[in-house]
Amino acid sequence: MNLLTRRKLVNKFALGLSMMAMLFGLVWLIWILFTVFKLGVSGLSVTLFTDMTPPPGDDVGGLLNAIVGSLIMVGLATLIGTPIGVLAGVYLAEYGRFTLLGSATRFINDLLLSAPSIVIGLFVYAVVVAQTGKFSGWSGVIALALIVLPVVVRTTENMLQLVPDTLREAAFALGAPKSVMISKVTLRAARAGVLTGVLLAVARIAGETAPLLFTALSNQFWSLDMNSPMANLPVTIYKFAMSPFSNWQDLAWSGVFLITLGVLALNILARVFLRVEKIN
Amino acid sequence: MHRSTEQPKAPGAFGLGSAGGDAAALSGVSMSSKEFSSSSWKKLGDRLFAFSARSFAILALILLVGIIISLIYESWPSIRTFGIGFVFSTDWDPPMEKFGALIPVYGTLVTSAIALLIAVPVSFGIALFLTELSPVWLRRPLGVAIELLAAIPSIVYGMWGLLVFAPIFAKYGQPLLSATLGKLPFIGALFSGPPIGIGLLSAGIILAIMIIPYIASVMRDVFDVTPPMLKESAYGVGCTTWEVMWGVVLPYTKTGVIGGVMLGLGRALGETMAVTFVIGNTNFLNSVSLFDPGNSITSALANEFAEADPGLHTAALMELGLILFVITMIVLVISKLLLLRLAKGEGAKS
Repeated sequence: MNLLTRRKLVNKFALGLSMMAMLFGLVWLIWILFTVFKLGVSGLSVTLFTDMTPPPGDDVGGLLNAIVGSLIMVGLATLIGTPIGVLAGVYLAEYGRFTLLGSATRFINDLLLSAPSIVIGLFVYAVVVAQTGKFSGWSGVIALALIVLPVVVRTTENMLQLVPDTLREAAFALGAPKSVMISKVTLRAARAGVLTGVLLAVARIAGETAPLLFTALSNQFWSLDMNSPMANLPVTIYKFAMSPFSNWQDLAWSGVFLITLGVLALNILARVFLRVEKIN
Repeated sequence: MHRSTEQPKAPGAFGLGSAGGDAAALSGVSMSSKEFSSSSWKKLGDRLFAFSARSFAILALILLVGIIISLIYESWPSIRTFGIGFVFSTDWDPPMEKFGALIPVYGTLVTSAIALLIAVPVSFGIALFLTELSPVWLRRPLGVAIELLAAIPSIVYGMWGLLVFAPIFAKYGQPLLSATLGKLPFIGALFSGPPIGIGLLSAGIILAIMIIPYIASVMRDVFDVTPPMLKESAYGVGCTTWEVMWGVVLPYTKTGVIGGVMLGLGRALGETMAVTFVIGNTNFLNSVSLFDPGNSITSALANEFAEADPGLHTAALMELGLILFVITMIVLVISKLLLLRLAKGEGAKS
């Protein structure tokens, strides 16, 4: 075969494979979303939001305690993790940009960002659960907050770095102390980006199961006591999906549907939000 | 919207506020911003702010050290009892208090290897499509779609993998693999045995789908930083699109590409829920077949930890966690260093 035709053929073949790869990726996304929506929507009912998780053998039941427990734990973890993460991000971008501590923290934060979440669960078990002697909602909150932290640190730092230094110099020239310069100028300019980071962090912990398995555990009953095991959607889904009862599996699909919907909505919201801010 | 309107306003706002009175005192001070903050403004609030920002940054360091120390402390009984033999033993017998990590470690490494084998070429194809082939208006939506794959929680992958993917894979996928790859010498043994859907291979495939978005988006980003002049020169001497990608862009960005692959590997090693659902959770390994069910470090932890007896069983599971953490940290450090090297422009050397 002549060299030119062969090169052209190889090119066509490779580009065809590339297109197949793209399709391959999209097929899984569509297939998973399709299944989740199909099975999830059919399981939607009022009792899902009004009834507690059922005991084995019981036909009726919902996910109320799990939904509320998840909302409480995700909310508290975000409230704890965000301010700490924003301040640590501020340190990296504004104080320690070229210092050793700054680069060490940046490096380790990136490691924590991708650390296996089950190890975070083990850590919180060792530090909190083993010491207090019981599984509790608070230990679940701590585990989730530790996952929020690196995400917020990373986005805060990145977004602050995008703020031009001339703004900082302008603030200093007017006599603003550094803390005022940061809180009133740079953080405000980076507000949209930081908020996006927080939204993505919430989306990440909303579906986290592994760190809750040995911290918050789960609870079949209604409980708002943060010092005892607390029901939550991911662990309930895990238990119900692995069970042989078909009504439990149906409930698990409904739970998966709710989580997927929430997480995708947060992700899309975060992207749209950041994009609108960027354009203007 | 907010940016453009508020940035000009902000300096004015505090010019009239608390800082206004002191501004006059500054007139004689040199204009370096560093000196402004350190020598002239020794206000308590300012220092407090700096202090808290600094201490929260140190928290990240403490956290990493704390994780390692607590894992070593908790797994000490097991480390002392089994020593280095822990890693090479296939025993896992809680009632007899005999523990060995070989089967979970094997499961973790094999599933991650399968995931990389599938995910790396597919991610390269996706990144190639997104940077070179796709019409410009489609790039963003397609990129977002691939990134959404990463946003789906792992428990969704797990449940979908167990209840939807595994039955279909057992019915069509595994018989097909047995009939084709299973007939080959040597590697045939990997694709033998009864098609039951769940097992090491299924876990590896699900992991591959989960890490494709991570690897693909790093690849896309590093391909994008290739100087257009390099590509255009290659096109100019008559290279095809494929030759430009394979011969110019890939060598130029190889450090970053490897970094992205390592990032995906780190994800695959530590993934818990998706693997726990589909790997089968047995501590026996009868053959080399990838159709066999097995166990991974993460699935062993997810299944047994909450019910483990305090003492040696818990300590052995903690040691598994420690092994996992050390492996992923090494992989992530390598990934990070490679990506940093690329960021400094060292990729140009290749």
